[in-house]
Amino acid sequence: MNPFKLSWKNLWSKPLNATLNILLITFGTCILTVLLLASNQIEQKLENNSKDIDLVVGAKGSPLQLILSSIYYIDFPTGNIPLKEANELARNPFVKRAVPLALGDNYNGIRIVGTDTNYIGLYKLKIKEGKFWQQDMDATIGATVAKEQNLKVGDTFYGGHGLTEMSDQHKEHAYKVVGILAPQRNVTDHLILTNVASIWHMHDDGEAHAHEGHNHTDFKNEQETEGKEITSLLIQYRSPMSVAMFPRMVNQMTSLQSASPAMESTRLFSLIGVGVDTLQWFAVLIMLVAGISVFVNLYNSLKERTYDLAVMRTLGASRLKLFIIIILEGLILTVIGSLIGLAVGHGILQVIGAYQESSQARLTGLIFLPQEVYLLLIGLAIGIFAAIIPAIQAYRSNISKILAKN
Amino acid sequence: MIEIKDIKHQYNNNQEIVFKDWQIENNQQWLLLGESGSGKTTLLHILTGILKPTQGSVKINSTEIYQLSPKALDRFRGQHVGIVFQRPHLLKSLSITENLQLTQSLAGLEVNTNRIDEVLYSLNILSKKNNKPDQLSQGQLQRASIARAVLNKPTLLIADEPTSSLDDKNAQAVLNLLLEQSQLNHTTLVIATHDQRIKEAFTNTYSLS
Repeated sequence: MNPFKLSWKNLWSKPLNATLNILLITFGTCILTVLLLASNQIEQKLENNSKDIDLVVGAKGSPLQLILSSIYYIDFPTGNIPLKEANELARNPFVKRAVPLALGDNYNGIRIVGTDTNYIGLYKLKIKEGKFWQQDMDATIGATVAKEQNLKVGDTFYGGHGLTEMSDQHKEHAYKVVGILAPQRNVTDHLILTNVASIWHMHDDGEAHAHEGHNHTDFKNEQETEGKEITSLLIQYRSPMSVAMFPRMVNQMTSLQSASPAMESTRLFSLIGVGVDTLQWFAVLIMLVAGISVFVNLYNSLKERTYDLAVMRTLGASRLKLFIIIILEGLILTVIGSLIGLAVGHGILQVIGAYQESSQARLTGLIFLPQEVYLLLIGLAIGIFAAIIPAIQAYRSNISKILAKN
Repeated sequence: MIEIKDIKHQYNNNQEIVFKDWQIENNQQWLLLGESGSGKTTLLHILTGILKPTQGSVKINSTEIYQLSPKALDRFRGQHVGIVFQRPHLLKSLSITENLQLTQSLAGLEVNTNRIDEVLYSLNILSKKNNKPDQLSQGQLQRASIARAVLNKPTLLIADEPTSSLDDKNAQAVLNLLLEQSQLNHTTLVIATHDQRIKEAFTNTYSLS
């Protein structure tokens, strides 16, 4: 009969009290787990997707919207920009690499992105099967897209107009899958990539037909820029100096707007952060209440048990043993609560992920973080703090006095 | 042999009580007589190593018990002293068998289920071994608490007012059980009481005045 078994038996002699205490700890830990995992995953996704992009240039509007639509593919684009102006910016000496984006179509809610070969270099894309897009209407699809839509190299599909579930399809032109990307662990897993001309094809049929036979992949071709539009331009700077000069230049000299992913992501995260902070304090409050509840539970049960504990002393238990038994009771409650809380937190996140609409920002409960150990340690600490006063009382109790008060 | 010598104890309110010397040979059966407030419980606690007297020595089997370290004293008490309290006080969360297993392990002894069954059988409550205390009658509980006291075959078996709240018939039954068990387990018995009814059963009496 070791101390652990004694503590365990004693706790479960009052199952309702034990369950309530465990439940409170579980609830607190669960909220903290979800917050920790979700904010960590969101932060990581934000960073992964924008790490090599210094600036996004697009139509005037909300800079956050521009970032969301051009880097995270979540919001709608701010509008279109003339290809001519975009080309001029791309040739600017501050710019090392400029990648055009043409958005506006989807396949079953997956965004079709018209771009050029610079995109491959920007995201360091690798092919798993087939090849990168070359001709008009060639499509190279992300790894997740291939898996979820069951598309293989050689398959064809129709794009739909708009960015959400397709309403009217562009039945005239079918895309042909020519390649599948290796998993990149960023937003490109969830995209369909093609050339800019394919997007143009879809939208102004008349003009597109006029250019039949030409190779549209090089969007910089001067003759064809007239009247053409793209959605935005992703820019990599040549030197750190550009940070100070280039955005101002874009905003002042052109009708376009520039937005820095780093700045906008920070702004976005600080907006989410308010909510996260509130929930975090809420969870801390619950943990505090849980700790007090464990304390009250142990303290009350100690009062009822003073005689029992004194009898145990007469049977040969040392003061230290009683101390350990009480501390263990606190620890058992909080550690069980913390472990269940962690498990439930992961479960909840997994369920949330399954119901999420946008696949780009999908959360998962299957990622474990080293910081979760801290949550377990917090549980341990609460258990010890809640039990320490009752345990010291048990340690100090004068058994002669207790037994004399028959 | 159990021996107390030159015992004096001072309470917190400075009231002092002096106990006359006492020698108990092995396997003797003694009655400790005294009215309420005469220091009976104090002497019992001193005798069992629960309360350190202000002065004097207590020897059990030639061990000077108050010279042991607190931890060693706890263990010594678990192995050499069995106490039957006025009320049973078994741990409610454990079954009768588990209560007795705890008694063995707290004393630092191996858990011996044969011994447990043997004692329960001799007290006629073997059928209740897997029940929780609240499923036993008062009489059965008292027998279980006697089982706990004699389980480790202590040198000294002490009973504190075991009969005071019982009617004549039950008082006699408990007394018989205690006498029987002390013989069966070769244990020295000391019963502290103010109950005049059980006086006749004893030849050795230590009176407090």
